[in-house]
Order: sequence, then structure tokens, then C-alpha cells
Amino acid sequence: MTTSTKKRTLEVALSTTGLGPDGKPMRVPLGAEGFMTPHESMEPELEGEHMLINIGPQHPATHGVLRLVLELDGETVVRCIPHVGYLHCGFEKIGEYRQYNQIIPWTDREDYLNSMGNNVSFALGAERLFGIEITERCKVLRVIASELSRIISHLVWLGTTCIDIGAFTPFLWAFQERENVYNLLERWTGARLTTSGTRVGGMIADVPEGWTDQLRHFLEKFPKTLDEIERMLNKNAIWVGRTVGLGVMSPQEALNYGLSGPMLRASGVAYDVRKDFPYLDYETYDFDVPVGTNGDVYDRFLVRQEELRQSVRILEQALKRLPDGPVNIDDPRLILPPKTKATSGMESMIHHFKLVMEGPRPPIGESYVATESPKGEKGYYFVSDGTAKPVRWRIRPPSYVNLSAIPKMVEGHLLSDVIAINASIDIVMGEIDR
Amino acid sequence: MNPTVDALRARFGGAIMRAEVVWSETTVYVEAARIAEICAWLESDPSQSYEYLSDVTAVEYRDGVRPIEVVWHVRSLKHRRFLRLKAEIPKDGSTPLRVPSVHGVWKGADWLERECYDMFGIVFEGHPDLRRILMWEQYKEGFPLRKDFPLRGRFSRSEQLKQALAANPEARYSMEELSISDAFEDLPADMRQRLTNEKVGE
Repeated sequence: MTTSTKKRTLEVALSTTGLGPDGKPMRVPLGAEGFMTPHESMEPELEGEHMLINIGPQHPATHGVLRLVLELDGETVVRCIPHVGYLHCGFEKIGEYRQYNQIIPWTDREDYLNSMGNNVSFALGAERLFGIEITERCKVLRVIASELSRIISHLVWLGTTCIDIGAFTPFLWAFQERENVYNLLERWTGARLTTSGTRVGGMIADVPEGWTDQLRHFLEKFPKTLDEIERMLNKNAIWVGRTVGLGVMSPQEALNYGLSGPMLRASGVAYDVRKDFPYLDYETYDFDVPVGTNGDVYDRFLVRQEELRQSVRILEQALKRLPDGPVNIDDPRLILPPKTKATSGMESMIHHFKLVMEGPRPPIGESYVATESPKGEKGYYFVSDGTAKPVRWRIRPPSYVNLSAIPKMVEGHLLSDVIAINASIDIVMGEIDR
Repeated sequence: MNPTVDALRARFGGAIMRAEVVWSETTVYVEAARIAEICAWLESDPSQSYEYLSDVTAVEYRDGVRPIEVVWHVRSLKHRRFLRLKAEIPKDGSTPLRVPSVHGVWKGADWLERECYDMFGIVFEGHPDLRRILMWEQYKEGFPLRKDFPLRGRFSRSEQLKQALAANPEARYSMEELSISDAFEDLPADMRQRLTNEKVGE
């Protein structure tokens, strides 16, 4: 038996199971050179040996039931194979068996951090299909709803990413503010998470008395929390060290991979649906679209942080211009009559019955409406054949497309950085699996 | 109507079938076999520069005659244009459900096309890794978003339960992972065979 100088015989011998060539346990005294040389077949080939490691599906750092299979060379990721679908419940299939207003509760449950924003996107898509114009007050209220959802979503992202990277305090601050926004939504819609806030042609309800004051109070306090989080993180050596230069996507790559939202803007592409393909009169609001330069995890953090401030700006303007008037459109074929009328007036009773039993019918046609959700371009695609139920209801999920770029982003990074990169995508598995 | 339609007609002629505008959105019906070529031109031509792929999906209508439509939503951020491309595939079985993949044009098509295959059974030719994504590898009930697929699933509840209990959760490996995991021999025989003959959707 020859001893190769290349092979680290001593270490290998100690790291084996301790069985001799005859299969019996052997003792290896340190320094006994001649005896150390193990049998050829027992010595693992270390060079080029890759390790397969499985993260998830049940792991707090995967933000839901995401499974990543990583091929590692030492601690460096050679290849990443993501698996999704553990939460799949067929929302799109169920939608084909429901009336339009009955689908709205499902939109709460896909991207559950942005439920109000999803309700708004859904209603906008359905309204284009029905060919109706909503009231001015409704438009402003929907802007408020969308921006409040954005604040919730970004705060949850900030908090959970802090936990992933090892900072605990900003998580508490972020969740405290999120609680305030949920209190606002609860007063408005009666629910905190699953709001179902919109209807085709309007909202579930107007905002209650004194609600705008509560929102104003929140808008005064919230930027202070943002300042504190900024002081805590932006120049924090650990935070910067763990985020700068990770998961870099160039502008061309980011576009080609179909990234959207803060992911795309951090790479330097200023695509914001609110600016480029405006809806809800977003073009009349004065706000900036933050754009990063390096496209790494740190830039994504900065972009989201600035978006929080811009949301506050939009909310302040929306509060200023909130007009009086009805929230719902005046169309008895779409909007339920008031309960008192439905039980006293013949006409209203018929409308009520027809709306509940048959549901509103859109004309034959199709519509794709995209809105800027906190994750990116959220699109709802409807195809109608003239019946009360859609032929096809399709969700264009931004985090699904964003996540599809993760093999590209983690390649060549360390295993511990995979967690930071995965967190920076801001995925919600409810939306990815639907 | 989106000015791209005229440019497409001038460039591709017969491959562009008809165009219509519904609710100010332009839809162009194109020949299914030439979609990759058309998309490559739309993406690279400076006068069009549709650099962003929003969505790839499909629509099946409730009546048994209307063809299945594969739908691409593309955007030009430079010109702020939005275009919907559609390719029709007859449902009578005369044509296989196959269209060229646009993965070579937009990498973002990767998972979108996989989902479309998973849900409708449409095979995107030239896709590098076309396999199920939301449903699991051994899923045998067919393609959930097809109209002949019942809402509750094709198998009875007891059959679904039986299959779920009998499933080997460790067997959910793709061909790529198998090359490095040595788990190939542990897989069920039918899956082993399907993975080795490299045919998808059969």
C-alpha cells in the first residue's frame, strides 16, 4: 500500500467510522504514521466532491413553504433548484366557478400581506371588463387602500429580513407600526388580514367617522419610526456587510428575467406601473420612484425603505383631496341596494334577488389590468363569455416571476447568503402557489 | 390600436392573422409555429423594444369547439406600449398542443411556461426544463385548468388519499438533481422510465 502525499491521511482516518480493512473497529493512536494509512476503499475523494443540501419546505427563513435544493462546493453554491407548489389550492380553477364578487375573498388569500391592494387590482380588472367608471371618492379611497397595503407589506418584509440577517429590534418596531395600519383596516372593513375591501363598482363600505383623523395621526408618527430604523440599519456594519454585493442583477438581466417592483428598480430600471401605465389617477399624484444602482440586496432594502416614505407622501395627498360624494356607482345591476330598501321597495328587492342569485354579467371580452403591488407588477387577466362567471381568471404573480431568478442570483454565493438573497426577493408563497 | 400591429403585418405578413381592440387593449392573433420568431423580433427591434414579458398563460373556452388560446402579454417600457399576442390551437385533436418556447427571448418565461404546461398540458418546444411546477412530479390526474377537469379532481377522494399515502415524498427530484444525488435507483419504476426517455407531456 503506497501513501500518497496529496491525501490528508491522518484527518481522513480520524474522520472515518473507525473500521479497519477487515471491518472491525480499530484504534488509531496519534502520531503512529505507518498505521494511519487507511485502506484505499475507505478513503473518500475530497476533490470535486459536491454536497447536496435541502432547505425547507418547513423552514422559517424560506418565508413559507419553499424548498431549495442547493449543490454546494464547500460552502459555495454551485447550483440551486427551487421547488414550489406546496400551497397550491387552485385559486384560478375555483374562480371559474364563482361570480365576480365571490372571487374577491380569494384575492385576499393569495398575497396575504397585500390583501387590500389585491382587492383593488381585482376590482379594477373586473370593472374594465364590465366597462364601468368608478366614482371620484372611490378612486381616492382605493389609492389609500393600496398604499396602506404597501406599507404593511414592506414593513413585514423589513422585519422578517432583519430577523433572517440577525437584527431583532427593527422587527419589533416594524411590526408595531404594522399593527397601527391593521387597526385602520379593521375599522374600515371589519377585518385585519382578509379584508375583501372592494366590490365591482365600489367598496365594501365608506370609511367610518373619524377614520381620516386616525390615518393622519398615523402618518405623523410613522416617519419617525422610519428614521429610527434608518439610523439602526443603513450604516450598521453587520447589516451592510451582510447585504452589499449579494445577488446582483444587472438592469438587462433583471428585465430579461421579468423581475418587477423593488427587485427591478434596485437594478436601476425605473419601471413602476403607477408611473408608466397609470391607473386610479396615479399620474396626478406627486411622488418619486426610487431606483437603485447596484441591484444587490442592500439596494433592494434602500428602495423599499424609500417607497415607504413615498407611500406616506401619496397618502397625505390623497387625504387632502378626498372628495365627498358616493363611494359606489349608481347602477342597480351591479351594486346591492341598501338593506332597508331591499325589504321595502319592489324594484330594489328584485335587483337584490337578481344580484345575489345570478350575479352581474359582463359583456363578452377580456381585460388585463396590472397594478403596482408591493412585490411588483400584479396583473389580473379576465376572459368573459358573457355569463356571470369568468371563463378564465388569471393572476400574474410578481413574486412567482421574481423567485424564478433565484438560481441565477445565489450562484457563487455562500450558503449563509442564500438566506439574505431569498429574503430580499420578498416572496409570499400564497401568491406563488395560489 | 397599437402601432405595432402594422409593423408586425409589414414584417411577418401571413403569420399575423387578425387584430382586435377590446377595452383599449390590442390583441394580435399569430401563427402558433412562428411565435418565437415574432417575439424575438419584437424584443430586439429598436422601433418596438418589447423588453418585458408580463405573462404567459392559456385560455380554454367552455364550448367544445373554440380552440385553446395561448396568451402572451408583453410590454415595451421604452414606448409605454402593451400588447397581447395569441396563438390558437384547435381542440379537436388534429393538432398537438405544442408551441415554440420564448425562453430564448425572455428568461422570465421559464416558470410561466412551466406553469402553463402544468395546468393546461401545452408543450413549449425548446424550453430547457419543462416539467410540472405547482403540481408534483407523479401527479396523474391530468391538467387541472382544462375544462374537462372536474373541480374536485379526477380521482375520488379515497383514491386521492390512497395515492398521497403511497407517494414517496423523497422522490421529488428532477433529472438535474438526480445527476448529483444518486437517488435515482430509489424512484418508482414508472417515474424512472419517464425521466430517462426525456419526453415531457406524454
